[in-house]
Amino acid sequence: MRHDHIISAKQLSRADIEEVLDHAADIAEDPAAFADRHANTLLGMLFFEPSTRTKMSFMTAMKRLGGDIVDMGSVESSSVKKGESLADTVRVVEGYADALVLRHPMEGSAKMASEFVDVPLVNAGDGAGQHPTQTLLDLYTIRENAGFDDLTIGIMGDLKYGRTVHSLAHALTNVDARQHFVSPESLQLPRSVRYDLHQEGAEVREHTGLEEVLPELDVLYVTRIQRERFPDESEYREVAGQYQIDSDTLESAKDDLTVMHPLPRVDEIAHDVDATDHAKYFQQAHNGVPVRMALLDLILGGEA
Amino acid sequence: MSGDDDQQLRVSKIQNGTVIDHITGGQALNVLAILGIDGTSGESVSVAMNMPSDRLGKKDIVKVEGRELSQNEVDVLSLIAPAASINIVRDYDVVEKHRVERPSVVVGVLECPNHNCITTEDEPVQSRFAVVDDGVRCEYCDTIIRDELPAHILAD
Repeated sequence: MRHDHIISAKQLSRADIEEVLDHAADIAEDPAAFADRHANTLLGMLFFEPSTRTKMSFMTAMKRLGGDIVDMGSVESSSVKKGESLADTVRVVEGYADALVLRHPMEGSAKMASEFVDVPLVNAGDGAGQHPTQTLLDLYTIRENAGFDDLTIGIMGDLKYGRTVHSLAHALTNVDARQHFVSPESLQLPRSVRYDLHQEGAEVREHTGLEEVLPELDVLYVTRIQRERFPDESEYREVAGQYQIDSDTLESAKDDLTVMHPLPRVDEIAHDVDATDHAKYFQQAHNGVPVRMALLDLILGGEA
Repeated sequence: MSGDDDQQLRVSKIQNGTVIDHITGGQALNVLAILGIDGTSGESVSVAMNMPSDRLGKKDIVKVEGRELSQNEVDVLSLIAPAASINIVRDYDVVEKHRVERPSVVVGVLECPNHNCITTEDEPVQSRFAVVDDGVRCEYCDTIIRDELPAHILAD
């Protein structure tokens, strides 16, 4: 891995992606072989907004590599509460840790923070911007279930503010994929992501209804329609119901359709989907550990 | 009266300052916005809009008495008037004349319109925009600005 910092999915080439995914597959096959890989290594956890899966999977990944974590704790209990800048916080914590993981509510925060530190910094989500490590585990799950060739993927939900969607859309330009985006008009992809997809020559179509495209899909990636993004509740209720799936919805889908979700879900995937062969979202969440182990190993100087 | 003389009458010569010629027709007021000129600071300014031009079809001209432009101002100006030429006038003579060039990045001259961009916070970082095909793009949050660019110029 030639990158010092992991800030955006845009920086990852096909070779980078395959290097991480192949290494993750090796780790998943024999995790014990990597148990002492990074003994005495400390990972600095800087989470400025709540996180369950991302934070716990980074902590698990570091510990399973033999290392440990130092955690800033909640914003309320840190110097941030006293008005310390992000630039100062990361410069202090880089003195304690061998690498940093940053989640922050503002777009561009990870890029800015990376300009102030010499240790590797990993973006664990910057506002509505990017979430590149989520994308790596998404790609791992897609490759396991549907492969990277002749792939038709539908991405549905809040495409405007969904950082997992932005990162995934960029990364999919590296593989042989047709991307179908399904959302209310008010939550369509932002201008910057459209620009990049156009520049990359990606095969993209946009829809307001899933039924138009569902039968073609190999993968359906569902995200939460975020109630807080709508100016009023009635407007939210009007669209939200159109972007929920259940086992009946999936009757028109291919038998081997893979349904994914970055989680947490609210009601966009009914629980009756969990028991079907389509449901891969818990497997997807579990893949976060070997994928983040692989990424940490590579940026900390391990060899694949 | 020839066309040139007619044009001369409409836009008189200046003694010292800058003449910005070959501005894309209709963009003169945005050029004034870029230069922070709103008429309140007493500068003598002449503006001609939608003048006939062989090269552009229609062009605007702005003459500013007693003011030479900074490189930052020229960089931003180039984004809305890529064919503009800058003439520096001293004692009624043009002593420098050059075309604007689109830079690859503009640093510290535009404010990101995304209120959730880290560059709008109290952090030790300057705004930084990459120049793309038809606008500029924040290098931190990726927000693209196109037509609305003059509205986001940072005050000095």
